[in-house]
Amino acid sequence: MVNDPLASETPRESAVAAQTIRVNVDLLENLMTMVSELVLTRNQLLQILRAQKDSEFATPLQRLNHVTSELQEGVMKTRMQPIGNAWAKLPRLVRDLAHELGKKIDLQMLGADTELDRQVLELIKDPLTHMVRNSADHGLESTAERVAAGKPDIGRVTLNAYHEGGHIIIEISDDGRGLNIDKIKSKAIQNGLATEAELAGMSMQQIHQFIMKPGFSTATKVTSVSGRGVGMDVVKTNIEKIGGTIEMNSVEGRGTTFVIKIPLTLAIVSALIVECGGERFAIPQISVIELVRAAADSEHTIERIKGTPVLRLRNRLLPLVSLQTLLRLGDKNLADAEETFIVVTQVGNYTFGIMVDKVFDTEEIVVKPVAPILRHIEIFSGNTILGDGTVIMILDPNGIASATGEISLAETVRGKAATVHTTRHEEKMALLLFRAGGGAPKAVPLSLVARLEDVDMATMELSNGMPVVQYRGRLMPLVPIEAGLDLSTEGRRPVLVFADGDRSMGLVVDEILDIVEERLQVQLSADRPGLMGSAIIAGKATDVLDAGHYLTRAYKDWFGSGSDSYEDERSATRILLVDDSPFFRNLLTPILSVAGYDVTTVDSAHEALNLCEAGEDYDVIISDIEMPGMSGLEFAQTVKGGSRWKDTPMIALSSFSSPRDLDRGRQAGFNDYVAKFDRDALLYTLSQTLAEHRGAA
Amino acid sequence: MKAKERLPVKAGSRDEGVSSGSRDFVTMTIAEQLFGIPVLQVQDVLGPQRITRIPLAPPEVAGSLNLRGRIVTAIDVRMRLGLASRAADKPGMSIVVDLKGELYSLMVDVVGEVLSLADRDFERSPATMDGRWREVSTGIYRLNNQLMVVLDVPRLLAFNGVEIG
Repeated sequence: MVNDPLASETPRESAVAAQTIRVNVDLLENLMTMVSELVLTRNQLLQILRAQKDSEFATPLQRLNHVTSELQEGVMKTRMQPIGNAWAKLPRLVRDLAHELGKKIDLQMLGADTELDRQVLELIKDPLTHMVRNSADHGLESTAERVAAGKPDIGRVTLNAYHEGGHIIIEISDDGRGLNIDKIKSKAIQNGLATEAELAGMSMQQIHQFIMKPGFSTATKVTSVSGRGVGMDVVKTNIEKIGGTIEMNSVEGRGTTFVIKIPLTLAIVSALIVECGGERFAIPQISVIELVRAAADSEHTIERIKGTPVLRLRNRLLPLVSLQTLLRLGDKNLADAEETFIVVTQVGNYTFGIMVDKVFDTEEIVVKPVAPILRHIEIFSGNTILGDGTVIMILDPNGIASATGEISLAETVRGKAATVHTTRHEEKMALLLFRAGGGAPKAVPLSLVARLEDVDMATMELSNGMPVVQYRGRLMPLVPIEAGLDLSTEGRRPVLVFADGDRSMGLVVDEILDIVEERLQVQLSADRPGLMGSAIIAGKATDVLDAGHYLTRAYKDWFGSGSDSYEDERSATRILLVDDSPFFRNLLTPILSVAGYDVTTVDSAHEALNLCEAGEDYDVIISDIEMPGMSGLEFAQTVKGGSRWKDTPMIALSSFSSPRDLDRGRQAGFNDYVAKFDRDALLYTLSQTLAEHRGAA
Repeated sequence: MKAKERLPVKAGSRDEGVSSGSRDFVTMTIAEQLFGIPVLQVQDVLGPQRITRIPLAPPEVAGSLNLRGRIVTAIDVRMRLGLASRAADKPGMSIVVDLKGELYSLMVDVVGEVLSLADRDFERSPATMDGRWREVSTGIYRLNNQLMVVLDVPRLLAFNGVEIG
């Protein structure tokens, strides 16, 4: 054993190029776990060896060390996938967007063969797609604007991925209009995120950060793809969840660049081991910027403002967090400590220092989840076993930042601007506020509005007694807010375009006011047709429009009565949406409710089954396939295999939609299979499935 | 991982209580009281261990330890039962149990032998017993000279309203 190293067991010898086999992902995961254990054991052995000089084990252990490292690398490679897999659908997406928006867009993708862990790949796929949409839609100006600004008429969106250190860097840049500082400022004041005085003291970077806040959209033009205020904050949360960071750089008139930095893998990370209050902790290296030693005799000393420790670091005040206080590790006064080490940590753009007693080495650690009874402690992201066999907790800088959020809010403007917000905005809804026909301002769910147009009323024609305009090569009926209200034929008027399939109608309004994110609670129901009722929105009583009324009005008169019953049928339809990703739940719920469905969302198959047991009934179930715990396929099998819901049609939702996946989905019991992000296909499939089901029933 | 001994758990003992009308329990003592855990739920018996404290954890969680490369959460059963902490000079022992794939180490004073107890000696916990004890036990066995409280592992590990798993 001692003389025969493990070298002969390395699997790489027999690898033959250009031959591949299919291997179950579970097998690879298992292999990864085993290798992780091996790494830990190796670390323990090396630790023992360090204590013993001139051991005869030294040489074989060194070899074991190397072999283990190579094995680890090899196994990691099996989990690696080129990032191009996540990009495959983007050219099509951009082409469609270009077509729809009437822009010329050139999508450049560099470094598509950069590899990263498949687990990480899955997690960044959706945020990436969203960001590319954003760049193409908001970032780039229209062709006319570009030409006027002296730029080439083809707008460029560039995706660039490469390795740097132990991280993957993904850059998404456009050469569009850049972020408009003034717009962000006024929006920030409007949303009450900052006062004018605070804004004046902020740097450009800090002001840019506001676009990462929930419900923040400066787009005055709402399009079918973006500007709904659900966006960058969700992207940011998703990226931070996997230990990544996102930064942005924008020059007005020149374009915007987003830089996403994510770890190569989530399984093994490099961590800094620190000690505090006699306990050791690991801090992931990715968030550590530098280490500062503060002592009475050194150039750095900790100063206090009303008890709050701060550190002067290169002419800036760095907010400090005492790990000892935070973790309630005894109450020894830190000011008495002879020396303190400060781990300068960055979470997003928020930099702060963590005060610890001692700093040890960095070590490669295998992140293991903590026991379920400890999951509620957000300061820890996991635990691990060190080389010497002790268990230590892994600190989560994100958790520390949010746990100390109050401290940093009380500090300087700088701290305030950079505080990490963990606000979730479930149940909130983006609403478009406008004025029409006098009275209170009116609101309509933003996701319902396909586009906002500015129509020259002189182009209005009368056809069959209805006012229409030619819009994108078709006739679009124009409807005033109140029946009988005459539409003047002069000047330009803003028009909300509602679209359904290839038909659209325009609602003529007086003035677009704002887009707000609010919890929609209709308080007074109205008996006037066309209004759902009144609600308090942005502090004012607002009439909430019943868009369905206007749609049917335009359709019934114009397209015949067929669509009438269709609309009614829909509104009674209950949908259960099962998806583990909050990103998608946020994205799909408005789309579905706008289409007139009654949507219930749950984040796991188990919860869905609980609803089944609780006696709830749905007309159709939409389920994600890749979910932790019970997968969509298992869920479908359980449901179809004799549950109360076995006759309920099910639609699978997945990022993978190859014929093979489709087959597997069918076998599991799904009636249909739709690719994520394909909104039209989803709505179409829904109505098809429902029609079939009703026909059969 | 010093004084560690594997319990002779046989696969054949699964049919306990069916034919013989008896069940096997690992016994343990906490503050002079005898407790028992069904033998099939027990993975390991450990001597004193080096335990890493977990800040901010519920008081019943003593910390976590490394058991052959697996991280095990240590539960202070005395704390869970509302008893005073063990004297510092008494080393104590632990019983490792598996609950839904997670390992938990139950810290007790002394781990005793495995007893095979007849079903007819079993009784439900008396209604007058301490509420906290009644919550975590399934019943009581009458032994010759003392009583043994049967601990219900899932309920023992569900505290502060936090459901495990």
